[in-house]
Amino acid sequence: MRAFLHGFGMHAPERVVSNAEMAARVERTAEWIEGACGIRERHWAAAETSVADLALAAARDCLARTGVPAPSLGLIIVASGSARPGFPGPAAEVAARLGLDSTPAIDVPMASAGSLFGMVMAAQMAAHFGDVLVIGAEKMSAVIETAALDPNTAILFGDGAGAVLVSARPGPWEILDAVLHSDGQYRDSLAFDWSAPLRMDGLSVILQAARKLPSSIQEVLTRQKVAAADVKVFLLHQANQNLLVRVAKSLGVPAERVYSNVARYGNTSSASMLIAAAEWSQANPALGPVVFSAFGAGFHWGALLARGA
Amino acid sequence: MPDATRRERLVRVLKTVTTQPLPADDEESLFESGLLDSFALPDLVSALEQEFSIKVPDRDLNPRKFDSIASIDKYLQDRAN
Repeated sequence: MRAFLHGFGMHAPERVVSNAEMAARVERTAEWIEGACGIRERHWAAAETSVADLALAAARDCLARTGVPAPSLGLIIVASGSARPGFPGPAAEVAARLGLDSTPAIDVPMASAGSLFGMVMAAQMAAHFGDVLVIGAEKMSAVIETAALDPNTAILFGDGAGAVLVSARPGPWEILDAVLHSDGQYRDSLAFDWSAPLRMDGLSVILQAARKLPSSIQEVLTRQKVAAADVKVFLLHQANQNLLVRVAKSLGVPAERVYSNVARYGNTSSASMLIAAAEWSQANPALGPVVFSAFGAGFHWGALLARGA
Repeated sequence: MPDATRRERLVRVLKTVTTQPLPADDEESLFESGLLDSFALPDLVSALEQEFSIKVPDRDLNPRKFDSIASIDKYLQDRAN
């Protein structure tokens, strides 16, 4: 069962929150913030903007870039860890606002790794459903503003959305393989439920992510007999610049091989990997192996190998 | 009973991942003292694996196991047994 990536899309809200603005709110300096996470600015959505609004904008961008009309979609998957609780989730609204009244739309309520899990689901389901639009959309500013800003977490997050079109029809990148993993014993290390501030045990999260991101990437590369050195780009969840550099070091590849835009968007959770892919794909990337990988609350993590041809 | 050679090697490894002076008390938290942060910790684990020719499995990646010189020494001792 073959599946292909046809193209990407993205959306970032207009308002840019600089480190200078954030520094004043968390009683730190702009330099301290950049040193701690490599982030210089992030985009925050307006109060009235919803996760579905962000998702819809990225969806439209992806459909425009791929030339696929919305009525051709066979399935929509929307990943988000910051959609408001309750039902229905944002997927049904996104489908309706794309003009679809019977196309199935699935929510994946998963932060950070949600878009990767959505892509792997889409690759498996595309042969049956046809073109699948996978969206990762997050309004993390709403998450961190549920309480007084915590300097250790508030500086990290931004809002945005990314999207990818997955299809069984041949396209620019063929999906070769993927691995997904979950370990719920760490479910309290990174958690949020709207009733209390975001909880993050940074030591545990970074220690696990620094190990599990490269190990899942190596797992899929080994299975497909592809050397890390031959991968053209690693498109990772943009959690923190220091983590991206460590993953590159663990894989034995130059840091530049790991695409990074975290300085300009911050950590947009499940949206970040697809926002990175959308930017990367616009720069006429070199052909060859491409790796997607993410790690997040749960913990959930994994990697997907594709090849541009 | 602490193994002097093992502790010396451990201290040598710690000095490769931090520029701050090590605490005089082996029980003192390396995190609370600011000697190790979330990004130095993965480096420490990798350096320990290299120095002691061990593989720290994912199930042992608990920050509490690496919180002090004493706790790291105990972990290394357990691994040696």
